[in-house]
Amino acid sequence: METYTLIVLLLAATLRVATPLLLAALAALFSERSGVIDLGLEGKMLGAAFASAAVSAVTGSAWLGLGAGIGVAVALSLLLGFACITHRGNQVVAGMAVTIMVGGLGPTLGLAWFNLGGQTPQLDGPGQRFLGMVWPWAQTARETPFPGLLYAELLSGHSLIVYLAAALVPAAAWMLYRTRFGLRLRAVGENPAAVDTAGISVIGLRYRAVMISGVLCGVAGAYLSTAASAGFVRDMTAGKGYLALAALIFGKWRPWPTCGACLLFAFTDALAARLQGVALPLVGVIPVQFILALPYALTVLLLAGFVGKAVAPRASGVPYSKEK
Amino acid sequence: MSAPAKLPRWADLVLLPLVNLTAALGLAGLVVALLGESPWVAGRLMLTGSLGSQDGLGYTLYYATGFIFTGLAVTVAYHAGLFNIGAEGQAYIGGLGTGLVALWLGDASPWLVLPLSLLAGALFGAAWAFLPAWLQARRGSHIVITTIMFNFLASALMTYLLVNVLIKPGQQSPESREFGANALMPALHDVLAKAGIPFAATPLNAAFLFALAAAALVWALIWRTRWGYALRVVGQNESAAVYAGITPSRVVIGAMLLSGALAGCFGLNELLGAQHRILIDFPGGAGFVGIAVALMGRNHPAGIMGAAVLFGALYQGGSQLSFDLPKLNRDMVVVIQGLVILFCGAMENVFRAPLARLLAIFQRGEGGR
Repeated sequence: METYTLIVLLLAATLRVATPLLLAALAALFSERSGVIDLGLEGKMLGAAFASAAVSAVTGSAWLGLGAGIGVAVALSLLLGFACITHRGNQVVAGMAVTIMVGGLGPTLGLAWFNLGGQTPQLDGPGQRFLGMVWPWAQTARETPFPGLLYAELLSGHSLIVYLAAALVPAAAWMLYRTRFGLRLRAVGENPAAVDTAGISVIGLRYRAVMISGVLCGVAGAYLSTAASAGFVRDMTAGKGYLALAALIFGKWRPWPTCGACLLFAFTDALAARLQGVALPLVGVIPVQFILALPYALTVLLLAGFVGKAVAPRASGVPYSKEK
Repeated sequence: MSAPAKLPRWADLVLLPLVNLTAALGLAGLVVALLGESPWVAGRLMLTGSLGSQDGLGYTLYYATGFIFTGLAVTVAYHAGLFNIGAEGQAYIGGLGTGLVALWLGDASPWLVLPLSLLAGALFGAAWAFLPAWLQARRGSHIVITTIMFNFLASALMTYLLVNVLIKPGQQSPESREFGANALMPALHDVLAKAGIPFAATPLNAAFLFALAAAALVWALIWRTRWGYALRVVGQNESAAVYAGITPSRVVIGAMLLSGALAGCFGLNELLGAQHRILIDFPGGAGFVGIAVALMGRNHPAGIMGAAVLFGALYQGGSQLSFDLPKLNRDMVVVIQGLVILFCGAMENVFRAPLARLLAIFQRGEGGR
């Protein structure tokens, strides 16, 4: 009974942690399948988190905040596109640049506008955050452990963005594998010259892909600052963008396996929070750092080809130039 | 590949970086202006704060020392066609090696401790770069991703070690005990005082000389040795290297080991020179500053030293900003750092074509006369 409750709560926490990871990983999925490495993920999320919290704090509307977050993330995507697609700059360098720049810009603007040491004001007004949505009869259902608790904790009570992220996985899979746009997107990431020969604009496709990535990063950032917490704090993405990239690689650049990897990584995170200082039978206290490092170690093992093989889209990272 | 617009050598080496730097600083100035402060005042404050006094100059060169090490680390890998984002983690683990020797032999003769801790730092840093290098060379794993992962692994490992193993007993903050007196890098102001010259007390220390020596060494290695030639060939054209009888995988691993070793020397300045103990997150982003420094310095040791001093000045000047302009602080420097990487690295082609056209007009004008 006690273990059962613990497991349900652990799984619910996993869903909450997985949401921004999943959104970011799907963002990178679109970008990288089109042949553009998305190392600016972290920066785009951070910028969106700041914009969402700032706009929500000023206007009192989480929805306007979300819009601002998406706007900022798409703008950063366009900047990356300008540097890497139009001017064929180094995609890795550009992504790092945007991440570092935003890492400084958020706190700078925050300090100047709100004078709170780089944070945004606490979001506690009505409608300023995407709070958990309690489903009908959740309170009554809680009384009966199975399936009531499962319904009340695992299904009900999450923020709208959590459900949105869950719905986006099949949507992304459908878009990628069942639509003309998806087919072209995959083709441009593998063999852009062939796409070009067919009379389709490589540049246009890649710009559309990075803009989709921007929208998804915007939602992820808004989730971090207006749903998971109540405002922006410096470096609040804390490497989630890179973890999402790891999940994408772990999921071999496919929507469903990527979703699985996000859930796995989120589970280790939730588990680490639970296991802090708890002595387990046989092994004793496992240092939290080791559990937290697990996703990174797993990704390295996967990249090494020891656990399956991850093959990146062939043209990813290679700028396309027509006249060859 | 369409060839990028051709520029004369002097324009490629001097003019284009200057244009890019100006664009980055101009945009940063725009941000400052948008916040309602004067960019000129901010710029002047940063200049006087960093170079206008003995105190400022000492700190500027102290920061620059660390950036030279990480900048050289990024450059060596870059010449072999590798983008080493892992200098941060390599500096962190390298510092562990430096620090362990300093903790262990802190009271032995300085002639024993200092070389040993330098060696340990380089070894630890190289070891941390080895696995990503081996994976890239032998199994084709993308080095950018693996070095990012190794940064996080380094951070987790060091947090564990500092919290559970190295922490000074009876202390709250995760720091080791202080190094023995003989394991410290001589500070410049102490040395100058012995010679009878007064100088403000700053963390500038003998590691600066090591950084200059490392820069000279890297230059000689890359442009004056057979190995350096192989390195550059692999970086520019791997299949040509294979035809020339070079084994790319060995060169790749060698380049990354040297890169990691250079990053691993970071602790010499930061730990032995300034902090005198191992503490959490002591690289503080210097590995990423190294990327900006290498890109701005056009991956040449001389350029790197200049860029490192510029970034040292930005760091020192940035921390002075908040005293006079409460709306600005050191985060502004991080913005400038990002913009420099953007303009000098990712968007270096943006101004290339217009610049080439402009120069062509000038040349035609002269020829017609």
